[in-house]
Order: sequence, then structure tokens, then C-alpha cells
Amino acid sequence: MTTTAGSRAVRAARVEKARRPRAEALWGYAFIAPTGLGLAIFYLWPVLQTAYFSFTEWGAFGGHTWTGLDNYTRLLGDPEVGRAVLNTLTYTALGLVGIPLAIVFAALLNRPGLRGVSVYRTAFFLPVVTMPVAVAMLWRWLYNGDYGLVNQVLATVGIDGPNWIADPATAMYALVVVGIWSSIGYNLIIFLAGMQAIPKELYEAASLDGAGRVRQFFSITLPMLSPTAFFVSIVSVIGSLQLFDLVFVMTGSGQSARANPAYGRLQTVVQLFYERAFVTNDRGYAAAIVIALLVLIAGLTILQFRLQRRWVHYV
Amino acid sequence: MSDHRMSDRRAFGVHAVLVAASLAMVVPFVWQVVTSLKTLSDATRVPPTFLPEGRWDNYAKVFDLLPFGEQFVNTVVMAAGRVVGQVLFCSMAAYAFARLRFPGRNVLFGVFLSVLMVPPQLFVIPQYQIMSSLGWLNSLQAIIVPGLFSAFGVFLLRQFFLGLPRELEEAARLDGAGPVRIYWSIMLPLARPGLVALSVLVLLWAWNDLFWPLVVNTDPEKMTLSAGLASLQGQYQTDYPVLMAGSLIASLPVIAVFVFLQRQFIQGIAHTGSKG
Repeated sequence: MTTTAGSRAVRAARVEKARRPRAEALWGYAFIAPTGLGLAIFYLWPVLQTAYFSFTEWGAFGGHTWTGLDNYTRLLGDPEVGRAVLNTLTYTALGLVGIPLAIVFAALLNRPGLRGVSVYRTAFFLPVVTMPVAVAMLWRWLYNGDYGLVNQVLATVGIDGPNWIADPATAMYALVVVGIWSSIGYNLIIFLAGMQAIPKELYEAASLDGAGRVRQFFSITLPMLSPTAFFVSIVSVIGSLQLFDLVFVMTGSGQSARANPAYGRLQTVVQLFYERAFVTNDRGYAAAIVIALLVLIAGLTILQFRLQRRWVHYV
Repeated sequence: MSDHRMSDRRAFGVHAVLVAASLAMVVPFVWQVVTSLKTLSDATRVPPTFLPEGRWDNYAKVFDLLPFGEQFVNTVVMAAGRVVGQVLFCSMAAYAFARLRFPGRNVLFGVFLSVLMVPPQLFVIPQYQIMSSLGWLNSLQAIIVPGLFSAFGVFLLRQFFLGLPRELEEAARLDGAGPVRIYWSIMLPLARPGLVALSVLVLLWAWNDLFWPLVVNTDPEKMTLSAGLASLQGQYQTDYPVLMAGSLIASLPVIAVFVFLQRQFIQGIAHTGSKG
């Protein structure tokens, strides 16, 4: 009696054990299903479609025909594309100045015993949480050639400032300043977190050896922070290569953009994509433009991974 | 410890640099407020006047020129929809990837992650076509639905779930709780800081999003604030007091949330850094 009950219990447990992984697997699929389907429909399939569209030409009344590599040969000979790529690369390269700036401010904020850290941090972070459209409108006003605050301040020291965002000589620099201004708080937070993860013993040992604050910054903080700096540089470059909001609004939100004399110096790749895809409805060509952007982003990211051996220290 | 404390002179120098930088961050916003309270003719005076004048009619004018009330509601509904959707769907998938065993788990996770590597512009044309064929252009669904799913959210929360202790789950499993019960009554409450960090980031990104809303909803009544504001600027290029008033009201709600949830915001941002 007891033996049969016992063996039955053992058998039941065995069945249960076999069934549990299967039930668990089913639950696993059920739990990932909503996001899995959503990503498949709205993200993964679209990537393949965009790749396909880049080999087609779109008619005026919808519908598209296969044109092989035509979009790509057109792209390589299109001066507007070349210009947009050059503008985007210039913006990206100049924007990298924001990284050492953020490290310096993070190091200042990270000093032990400093008061008012949260006030400073809030100030730096304010532009990060402000809508980019609002940021761009605000700076367009500050940069106004006749009445902008920037030139009004310069006038007090006798400098006659240009019409910053409409002057081909200054427009790109003016744009980069806004880009750095609005992202420095984000980078600063990441660097602060990175600095707080550096073991205190290193600094204690260094100061026992007589190293001062500046020396400690260069021989402990900077090398220990280099993996964080690498991450920030990867993310900044990817973000800069996709610049749209700031430049779209600063050039006048579409309608009058081409009236801006500096437009040729500002227009980015994504802005060109927007115009081809949704203003002139040349979607096959637009698709080829974003595929080129993907190649550009992938190329620069791989290049950075290759170069990291030269400057990133992993413990 | 004494050598860590700064001398007064050094501390003064550090504060001087930080105050100057903070002013560079804050003065533009002050000027935005001051301008928004002036008449156009006072705003374009040389040399400028520095005191605000209490011209609140610029704010009223924003509502006359744009269906700003509708756009505000659209933006709130879009942001809320995306936050709720992502917190629910991403946490479900993240729990499965962190704790449940099923064939193909790693491959599927890799596929999810691959979405993170693709620049979002590659999704736009086909997404637009999906919306168009569903008849969803100029609708709330158009600006909410694609934003319900996020590979980033799954990745962030999975990291979070992996860091949670297993003991409570084991105890619950011995008591006969299934995956749904464990997810809902044990994992979700434990993961609250992670869920808050994700919510705050999704709110920020949704509220400030421009490209997608600009493309799918061109009817002013269906626009979000950021697209509406851009279109306002397109039409009234030089009426700066009105533009400053509009941009201020549009960006203020998220700034207010940031001030209240500052710690969560900063943790959320720091989390995005830890994926490196």
C-alpha cells in the first residue's frame, strides 16, 4: 500500500519534472510575444523593406518599380548628398569637444566636500530635459543678428556680431555650440557615475606617495575613466550623425529653410532624408540615403572600436 | 581625510568656474522667460531692456494661433501610452529573458538587441506605409503604437532583473506559484526602481520626439507639441515673444517632472551609461 503510493508519488514527480520545463518554455514565449511581435512588425521587417526600397523608384501616384543600383549611382554623384555628409561629419567631429569639457566639469563636481553639487548638476541637466524644438527656437532668437542677446552682449565690448545662424562662415560653429550646450549635462552624469566607481584606495595611495590633485586626475581619473569616455564617444558620434531636430528648427522648420543663405552649410543627412522621403516623396532615393547613413554609422563605430586599443584602459 | 578637504582659495576657484558654466546653462532660459513677457517692439529694441513686462497676452496668442490645448492632450496621451505600454511589455519580455528557460532564448535576445543597433530612420518609411494602409495617419494610434515596443527597455530591465536575488522566487515556486504570479507579485515590485527609471526615460523621449509625429500627423489638431511648435515657427518666423511663450509652455511639463523626480532621472540616465 505504502509502496504503491510511494512509487505513484515518484512517478507523478517525474511527470511533473518533465512537464515543468515545457510549461516554462511556453510561458517564456508568451511573455516575449507582445514585444517580439511589435518589434518584428514595426522594426525588423521595416529594415528589410527599407533595404528593398533603396533599389526602387517611386511613382507620383504610389507604386514603385525595381531600378537596381540606380539610386546608389545617383547618390554617389549627387553634390547635395556630398554636402550633407560633409556637414554631418563636420558637426560630429566638432561636437567631440563636448566630451573633454564634460570630463572637466564632472571632475570639478566630483571633488570631495564641494558644496552645492546638486544645484550645479541641475543647471547642467536643464537643457538635456528641454524639448529640442524649444532649445533650437530659443537659440535662434539668441543668435538673431539684429536683436539677439549674443550680439547685444558683444556690442557692449564693441564687437559687431554676425547673423550667426544665417551666415555661412559661422552657422556650423553656432550649431555645434548649441549641440554641446544641450548634451553636456547628459555626458556629465555618465562621467560622474564613472568617477564614483573608481576605488578610493587608488587616490589614497597616490596622495600618500605625494601626488597632488592635478597629477591624480591625469594618472588615475583619466585612465580609469577611459572605458566610460569610449562609451560616451560611441554614443555621441552615433547621435551626431543622426542630427535632425536642432538643425530642422534652426533653419526655419522646413518652409523657409532654403531661404537661409547658410542652408548649404547646415543641412544634415537626416534632414536631406526627411526632405526626399516626405517633402518631395522620392522614397526610393530616400531609402538609399538612410542605407548610406547606416553604412556611415557602422563604419565610424567599427573605426572607434579599432582605435580603442590605443587609448582605452581596461582593468 | 584632511588633505582631501580643499583650501578656501581652491574651493573659490572651483566655484567660480562652476558658477560661470551654470550661468551659461541657465541665462538662455531666463532670457526666454523675459522675452515671452514683452511686446514684439520691446523685444526688438537696441539696447535691450532686461526686465520682463508682464505681457501675458503672448501666451494667450499661442492658443489662438495653434490648437495648443488639443496638442497638449495629444502629447500627454502619447507619452502616457508609450510609458504604460513599454513598462508592461518590456518588463514581461525582460523577465522571460532573465529567468525563464526556453529553447532559442539567446538567439531571440540577440535578435531583439539587433534592433538597438539600427538607426531609427531606417524604420520610418515602412512604418509610415503601415500607418497609411491602416488609415491611421493623423491619429493618436499612429504616434503611440510603434512606441509601445522597445528593445532598449527590454535590455535595461533584463539587466535589472538579473541583479535581483532569487530566494523570494524560489520560495514562491515551492509554494506552487506559476510564472505569471511570480512575475506580477514578486518581480515587478522588486524591480520598481528599474521600472521608474525606464518610465522617466520613455516620458522624456516621447515628450520631446519630433521626427515621427511630424511625419505621421500633419493635421494641426492631431499634432504633438513639438511638431506643433515647429509648425508655429514655420509660419511666424520672427514673432519671437510668441515663439518663446509657446516653447516655454511646451517644454515646462517635462522640466517640472524632472525637478520632482530628479534622482530617478539621473539614475535612469546613468543606467543608459552602464550598458557600455
